[in-house]
Amino acid sequence: MANLGSIVGKVRSKNAGPFWLTVDIFCETPDAYEQVVSALSTKTIADIFRIDEHVVKRFDLSDLNVVKFSLPRPEIQGSAADRDMHGASWAALIGEIDIGAAA
Amino acid sequence: MTKVLVPSGALGLNYDQSALMRGLEMKPDIIAIDGGSTDSGPAYLGKGMSKYSRSSTKVEWQGLMEARAKADVPLVIGTAGTCGTDSTVDWMLDITREIAAELGQTIKIAVLRSSQDSAKIADAYENGRISPLQHAHEISRETIENCSNIVALAGAEQIQAAINTGADVIIAGRTTDTAIIAALPLMQGANVGGAWHGAKIGECGALCATNPQSGVIMIDFDGDGFTVTPLADGAKASPHTVSAHMLYENSDPNILYEPGGYLEVTDAKYVALDDTSVRVTGSKWTTAPYTVKLEGASLAGYQCISLVLLRDARYVKNAQKWADDIVEKCSAKVVDRLKLSPDDFNIELRLIGENASFGALETRMIDAVEIGVLGIVTATSDALANEIGKILNPYLLHHPLTQSEEQPTFAFPFSPAEISRGAIYTFSLNHVMTLDDPMDAFTLEVHDIG
Repeated sequence: MANLGSIVGKVRSKNAGPFWLTVDIFCETPDAYEQVVSALSTKTIADIFRIDEHVVKRFDLSDLNVVKFSLPRPEIQGSAADRDMHGASWAALIGEIDIGAAA
Repeated sequence: MTKVLVPSGALGLNYDQSALMRGLEMKPDIIAIDGGSTDSGPAYLGKGMSKYSRSSTKVEWQGLMEARAKADVPLVIGTAGTCGTDSTVDWMLDITREIAAELGQTIKIAVLRSSQDSAKIADAYENGRISPLQHAHEISRETIENCSNIVALAGAEQIQAAINTGADVIIAGRTTDTAIIAALPLMQGANVGGAWHGAKIGECGALCATNPQSGVIMIDFDGDGFTVTPLADGAKASPHTVSAHMLYENSDPNILYEPGGYLEVTDAKYVALDDTSVRVTGSKWTTAPYTVKLEGASLAGYQCISLVLLRDARYVKNAQKWADDIVEKCSAKVVDRLKLSPDDFNIELRLIGENASFGALETRMIDAVEIGVLGIVTATSDALANEIGKILNPYLLHHPLTQSEEQPTFAFPFSPAEISRGAIYTFSLNHVMTLDDPMDAFTLEVHDIG
């Protein structure tokens, strides 16, 4: 068992404007990148946010060893129901995803 | 060919003074700095006020005004005062006048205004000139008219109009982060894709390099692309740090939409010139109909908050049950005593130490030592929010888990326990507006000072 955060360099989550959230997984090495690409499905990310996987945009960027996801923000930034103005804490939740056996 | 000196990602975040001086020695053609974004939330736009302190803004702006005088080139700030409304542009203009008087500077200031008249925007909506962006919420004329402030994001053309006045200092309302950097290179014949790409890489200052907090970078634009160089001691850019910056706060790492077109970086080539500078070519620009993005914020009610701490292990363990019970009982009491409908107000208790970050989406459960309970009352008026906050107070102080136990007392760190937050706002536009002429939604004025 390994959580995502333990095999990659860094997980970053940020607003991309008030209506979108973007998650950058910096794998740092080609090995970690390959492992994340094969073990982390778009549906796993969608399930974290309890949304349909079809609204999640995915970018596998092998040149950067980065896997990026963008999705509509769970709540509009700064609205009464929002809990995190800059959308940065989602990285912690995503870093704790169990992606199976460590490489 | 065109050298743009970027002191930092935003005025108010500070910059490295010696790196700025190094930048001046390299003879920049313009100094460009961003003054804001939506990232600090809707209240700044809703109220038309700056997030950063006036004193910090003044100290940093004075340093840039002195640098500008030394280099004898234009100094431009985009999205002045966090949100770029007319009120924050005037705030920035006032600071600029004050500094100019103190320094004895004689300068020409161009002011570009981005605030929009909501009735005109509503008319544009009804005339089919406003289109939704992806996943935009349904809007109506009323949504637009309810915005306390609406701004349009200026592009390069409006900044170029300001540069063409011959101004020494340009104070711009809301602009895209990139427009203030791309404007002059585009005027001087830089590669169009390269100008926008370099502007995106540079918009957060040294965030595209190592030692990101040092701020200062130089971007040198030419007919094929651009070269980016961080200027602080020890700050280095590499093809990796530069190309990775396209990911930053951008939902699509390959495409960036701007007024009048879009940038594509899929085929861009990043080459290290040495261990500090990176050269980028192959960025592609595609023109599109001229649209500007709109941002609007509207009143979303009034809030009164409270904070109480649970330290008793049994209450910590049963905090969610305790909180749910309070919300139910207190809401019923509010309906009864104030003769309100449940739709007129909301009481929420967030458990800090348990799930305050993600609510029901939290996946990790551990035993906490203590829990901070953040009580949030939202209502339709300030008076009502505070009144409900006072009805909530006895529950937060003494609510027992069971009727059979001795009355507990919890820890309030403050008196008064209720903290009035006043008006709250929400972002309510996620749309673009089509313009026949880039200046149609913007005004430009010139002030001679000193």
